[in-house]
Amino acid sequence: MKKEYETIIGLEVHVELATKTKIFCGCSTKFGGEPNTHTCPVCTGMPGALPVLNKKVVEYALRAGLALHCEVNSPCLFDRKNYFYPDNPQNYQISQLYLPICHDGYVEIETASGKKNIRIHEMHMEEDAGKLVHDEWSDCSLVDYNRSGIPLIEIVSEPDMRTAAEVVAYLEKLRSIMQYLEVSDCKLQEGSMRADVNLSVREKGTLNLGTRTEMKNLNSFKAITRAIENERDRQIELLEEGKAVIQETRRWDDNKEYSYAMRSKEDAKDYRYFPDPDLMPVNIEEEWLEFLRKNQPEFAEEKRERYQKEFGLSKYDVLLLTESRHLAKLFEETTKFCGMPKQAANWMIGETLRLAKERGMEYEEIHFSPQHLGDLIRIVQKGEINNRNAKKVFEKIFYEDIEPSLYIKEHGMVSVKDTKKLAQAVEEIIAQNSKAVEEYREGKQKTFGFLVGQTMRTMHGNADPEMVREILKQKLDRRADFS
Amino acid sequence: MDMRDMTAMEIGKEIREGRIRVGEAVEFCMKQIEEKEPKLNAFISVCEKERLQKRIAEVEQGIKDGVYQGGLAGVPVAVKDNICTVHMPTTCASRMLEHFVSPYQAEVVRRLENAGAVIIGKTNMDEFAMGSTSETSAFGPVKNPCNPEHVPGGSSGGSCAAVSSGECFYALGSDTGGSIRQPSAYCNVAGMKPTYGTVSRYGLIAYGSSFDQIGPIARNVEDCACILETIAGYDRKDSTCVKRDVYDFMDGIKSGVEGLRIGIPEEYLKEGLQKEIREAVKKAAEWLKECGAKIEYFSLGLTEYTIPSYYLIACAQASSNLERFDGVKYGFRAKEYEELHEMYKKSRSEGFGMEVKQRILLGSFVLSSGYYDAYYLKALRARTQIKQEFDKAFAKYDVLLGPVTPTTAPPLGESLKDPLAMYLGDIYTVPLNLAGLPGMSLPFGVDGKNLPIGLQIFADCFQEKKILRTAYTLERAQQRREQ
Repeated sequence: MKKEYETIIGLEVHVELATKTKIFCGCSTKFGGEPNTHTCPVCTGMPGALPVLNKKVVEYALRAGLALHCEVNSPCLFDRKNYFYPDNPQNYQISQLYLPICHDGYVEIETASGKKNIRIHEMHMEEDAGKLVHDEWSDCSLVDYNRSGIPLIEIVSEPDMRTAAEVVAYLEKLRSIMQYLEVSDCKLQEGSMRADVNLSVREKGTLNLGTRTEMKNLNSFKAITRAIENERDRQIELLEEGKAVIQETRRWDDNKEYSYAMRSKEDAKDYRYFPDPDLMPVNIEEEWLEFLRKNQPEFAEEKRERYQKEFGLSKYDVLLLTESRHLAKLFEETTKFCGMPKQAANWMIGETLRLAKERGMEYEEIHFSPQHLGDLIRIVQKGEINNRNAKKVFEKIFYEDIEPSLYIKEHGMVSVKDTKKLAQAVEEIIAQNSKAVEEYREGKQKTFGFLVGQTMRTMHGNADPEMVREILKQKLDRRADFS
Repeated sequence: MDMRDMTAMEIGKEIREGRIRVGEAVEFCMKQIEEKEPKLNAFISVCEKERLQKRIAEVEQGIKDGVYQGGLAGVPVAVKDNICTVHMPTTCASRMLEHFVSPYQAEVVRRLENAGAVIIGKTNMDEFAMGSTSETSAFGPVKNPCNPEHVPGGSSGGSCAAVSSGECFYALGSDTGGSIRQPSAYCNVAGMKPTYGTVSRYGLIAYGSSFDQIGPIARNVEDCACILETIAGYDRKDSTCVKRDVYDFMDGIKSGVEGLRIGIPEEYLKEGLQKEIREAVKKAAEWLKECGAKIEYFSLGLTEYTIPSYYLIACAQASSNLERFDGVKYGFRAKEYEELHEMYKKSRSEGFGMEVKQRILLGSFVLSSGYYDAYYLKALRARTQIKQEFDKAFAKYDVLLGPVTPTTAPPLGESLKDPLAMYLGDIYTVPLNLAGLPGMSLPFGVDGKNLPIGLQIFADCFQEKKILRTAYTLERAQQRREQ
């Protein structure tokens, strides 16, 4: 009989913090830039250079830790993790081992099978390494220290996850929290969020944990899901064959959809951790924590609840609107300007997301002023412009952030409401389309739409379609009476 | 008056008052260097003529314009070669950094230059400041100017020899376990290690980060105070730097020792101490008593634990501090290697000398997993207790008095044969580094072989002024007796 297995998963997630300067020097953290231009003696490991802690990093880490319901260690300490690699200019990484800034928290996740808490073991601050570039052409390796010293937090979970779906839900939740806190943009593809998966399997019903492996190089949610399933199957297969799982670090190759062993526990490095004598213990005052607690933002869940209650929006709509803090912010501000939350939501979910998708834009790249959309919504509401034109104007707002009322005037898009003018246009159309008129009178309702369209065209689209309809109907029906 | 007999402050005064030109003072030193270097080997680099001429002109103009008004304006100075300078290489007396020119200036160098100092050269030392004789230099041993058959002490042997021989008027050294005080004693000059955190370590190539302090080496006590005033100060680039209340080290230096409570640790006078040095300490105590101080002998606990604690902590930190010397970014790289690992191995094997390798190995060992608690943590605990012993002493005494070294300068070539004996020679100096205390070595007569004897005067943290007062009193007492 085939045994039933349970998968036990814990995660180590690195999140790049979005401070303007690096963790131990004043260099810029900006992405890109010519190699080794965002560097100084400190982040290139020059002899005699010393680290100075960026207080913003502590603040961001604390905000993250508080959002993860963690306890805070005060004081916390920095330790040196010693290992030789050229991307690591000092050949030690400044990290936290003995007294990390945060510990013992949790996050609540929701999957198809319900809600669940994932416990956080600890969260610590550390510095990122530089980047090695292997130049095949000249057969040499080059190193770029722009990334060296970029602040990171590492969030270590307890082995509380059981499925890939839970892992993805956990990561999405972390990402949402970090984005709402504005401490990180958490892009897996760009490496501002990196996840290592610790996985073991055990027979269902047993209590002892099996031997785990650590999986690295997971660059997307899809890759994570595939890697978890693959590794689970691999381990079960080993156990079924009566073989042992070896404790090791493995690297996932998403193209080939398999992993290979990088190093086993036996050749695990001894990092010779010890407290960094160049840095002082970090004392975190209770008042500061209190201030940070009070100033936590409204997170996605709270917003969803409020939007449904306050604005009467659907569950589906609020899910879309809160997918990014930026989007939610645009929505809220637009609502503030026009006072019409439903219309604002429609414009956000409909046109805004459509255009963003068309252009392959991230939500964060959407940059129009909510006041302009708010104005447009009001103009539409007053019937000063028809829907078709409104969409055109919105595209201009979306791409160029134009001022809608001015633009509408300049481009003659104001709906013509002058009955005389409209009547004249309708007369002309009736005269030019005798065949269609005839068909209409014979009962072909379809041709009515055609005649409306023709009238709109002569008005260059700027007529109020409702009025056109009304006048056309009047005229056609009246004539019909005479005949 | 011959420049040969002048102190730094006397030269400074002559320069300010226009009796000696900056160029003449520099010229005098250059001549001494030319004459004495073949024998002494106190310098690793001497400033290029062109650069020197430029600096002399700059300083002369600055003095005229009133930019440089301090006591050291225009006075030639030598700097230990583990302190980073942009105009001259900074080698740490190691093949590893033979051609290394720092891209930035150490904070102390910046302070010296802001005071109008003319840096004429970089002094020889034990490689990476590891040694007590200045014989571990990759560029040959330094000789003691008082007797060239003997070592000048170390690791700041070059700085002390240069001041003693008249090659410069004062110098900077660094003290991790006695590296300023011990060679000062051997070379008949005054040298001071300030309270840890008083002088910025930014730009000092680290050996034992928790102990390293830069300090003055000069011909008398007043010079030391004046130099300390110039180089001390809070620096935010060094997180271990302290914001002190007191920086006016010259103030009250001549106010005598009336009523000062001076303690002499009995353990410092026990077996293993050269008889003439013991007598010198006792004689100094008598003289101080005559000047109104209260003298008391007392027992200082835990002295036997200082050497092992110090070497464990210093070597552990050194093993990590010296990891950055890997041949990747700067400094020595082996000529032939197959791959990365071999490049590291060969570069470090060929670039570092024996003593450095020995301490890296010792340090790596005590930090490795399984030994960290047993060695490193235990040493840190011992350190805390040693500090408490001093706290007890300073509840009773303002100043402590004792020897600097167990013997006067040993002959060349003896010490390295028995490194353990050499390490034990640091018995009187190391406790101050462990506890962060300030201390001074004051020349106090000679032994039967005409080799200089040093007195160690030390006090609680931030009490440099008491040390200077005591030292000045003793210095005057000696001068009166000589007359």
